[in-house]
Amino acid sequence: MNAFETAEGVRNGKISAEEAVKASLSAIAAREKDVNAFLEVFEAEALARAKEIDARRASGKPLGLLAGVPVALKDNIMYKGHRVYCASKLLEGHIASYSATAVERLLAEDAVIMGRANMDEFAMGSSCENSAFKKTANPHDLSRVPGGSSGGSAAAVAAGMTPIALGSDTGGSVRQPASFCGISAIKPTYGLMSRYGLVAFASSLDQIGPMAADARDCALALTAMAGHDDKDSTSADVKPGTDYHGGHSGSVKGLKIGLPKEYFVGGIDPEVEKLVAGAAKKFQSLGAELVEVSLPHTKYAVAAYYIVASSEASSNLARFDGMRYGYSAAREDESLSLPEVFMKSRGRGFGSEVKRRIMLGTYSLSSGYYDAYYAQAQKIRALLKKDFVAAFEKADVLLGPACPTPAFRLGEKMDDPLQMYLSDIYTIPCSMAGVPGLSLNCGKTSSGLPVGMQLFGRPFSERTLFNAAMTFERGN
Amino acid sequence: MAVTRAEVEKIAGLARLELTGEECALYQKQLSSILDWMEELKGADTSSVEPLAHVFGTENVMRDDVPVRHEDRKSLLDNAPMREFDFVKVRKVIE
Repeated sequence: MNAFETAEGVRNGKISAEEAVKASLSAIAAREKDVNAFLEVFEAEALARAKEIDARRASGKPLGLLAGVPVALKDNIMYKGHRVYCASKLLEGHIASYSATAVERLLAEDAVIMGRANMDEFAMGSSCENSAFKKTANPHDLSRVPGGSSGGSAAAVAAGMTPIALGSDTGGSVRQPASFCGISAIKPTYGLMSRYGLVAFASSLDQIGPMAADARDCALALTAMAGHDDKDSTSADVKPGTDYHGGHSGSVKGLKIGLPKEYFVGGIDPEVEKLVAGAAKKFQSLGAELVEVSLPHTKYAVAAYYIVASSEASSNLARFDGMRYGYSAAREDESLSLPEVFMKSRGRGFGSEVKRRIMLGTYSLSSGYYDAYYAQAQKIRALLKKDFVAAFEKADVLLGPACPTPAFRLGEKMDDPLQMYLSDIYTIPCSMAGVPGLSLNCGKTSSGLPVGMQLFGRPFSERTLFNAAMTFERGN
Repeated sequence: MAVTRAEVEKIAGLARLELTGEECALYQKQLSSILDWMEELKGADTSSVEPLAHVFGTENVMRDDVPVRHEDRKSLLDNAPMREFDFVKVRKVIE
């Protein structure tokens, strides 16, 4: 059952929250040994909370927007009193001392947190294979990756374990796994979701994003969580409680949909191209007008992103010093000096990809290279933003593929970081420009692998994106 | 652009990362190929734009300077790898 029906059913007594949570737990019991979506399941606690929600309803109290809805949390989102490891050995043992604003708001709407979903370590990766703890499989084909970095979250939803999961998106980390797993996800406009309690990777890009089987469930979760938060200084001035799921026109008549020509050339898989082109045709048959647009700086986006994101990461991850959190080499050897504790704790605690990015970021920011790399990448970021501004003068929304290929095989790209980075080509420009991007399924390849498309909108036009996506999904 | 072994070691030092010899060799190779690929950025004409650090140009968001008490001090201290009483225990900073 999807989130919308679950919440409605729990509110009007058709089903109990306990039944909803038990259904989630039995789906986990059935699929988890093959899929490995979770690092931890809060079984007893989720059941207790469900009973508490049911008791509240029985006593006549009104229930929230997500009454009894089971939700999985990516392992970089803090939930007070629970482990939060970012799938890293470095944070093993760390307990969240407060909850993320997104989690507080989910709980206030009576959602039930089911557990911690697997991810690429510190959200760095596109396949979920960089987790220090386990590899998650794609529920549609267990020999393939679920995508990343929010791979556990996507797999949990795709395997029917939870109707909603939270991921985080820095360069495509909710949209690419949604595409690989055949579900829907949104990276909101930068600042729409509070980053408070999301472990920082690249702060100028990071956004929490809901993932669900369809666009309406994503919208419902966004309604519960979005809006201004005093605890995040980059939080946008949008009223919490703004409705993203209801009151849509249900029509795309007259909507101008731009097809960025740079998104349909080069390394795109022919089957992906055909399915996305088919989706554009469907929009046209529903009354939308298709126009060609250009995002001319797309070819620079991935390289610029890896400089900006790695630079910010090298600074944000400096806090993991072996003194305040998680793994410390000092505990094993009392004789180590201060610099040795730093070097050894970080060297042993971080995994290979995290160290690679810290190295790249440190290099980009170091004296003598700053102007050629970091400053140039920030200028390209300005050009990428201008590309979108110009495209939105011709079109209301843009449509393109979410990823050049369907899910690749486990292990296929692990030895070649550059190939892995290039799989983010279609999700990164939107992140760099700060505009919202919604990923939704548009069919399957001949071998049965899901393919996703993306809709981009002007800043804070999430309602327009959801209206278009929900109209598409309904198909009339 | 080829990165030398000495550069890899210098960057690792700046980033406070102890790397094994194998890791140094691997990162030397991989960073060289990543930086080679990044050379293409030099081809972009950026003469008309300023560097963009924040997408919507927000700066200096201020609030009143009022202290707020963290309700759960113990949980913060409990996360430190080494403690003594209510202090986080660190190595000697000044030799």
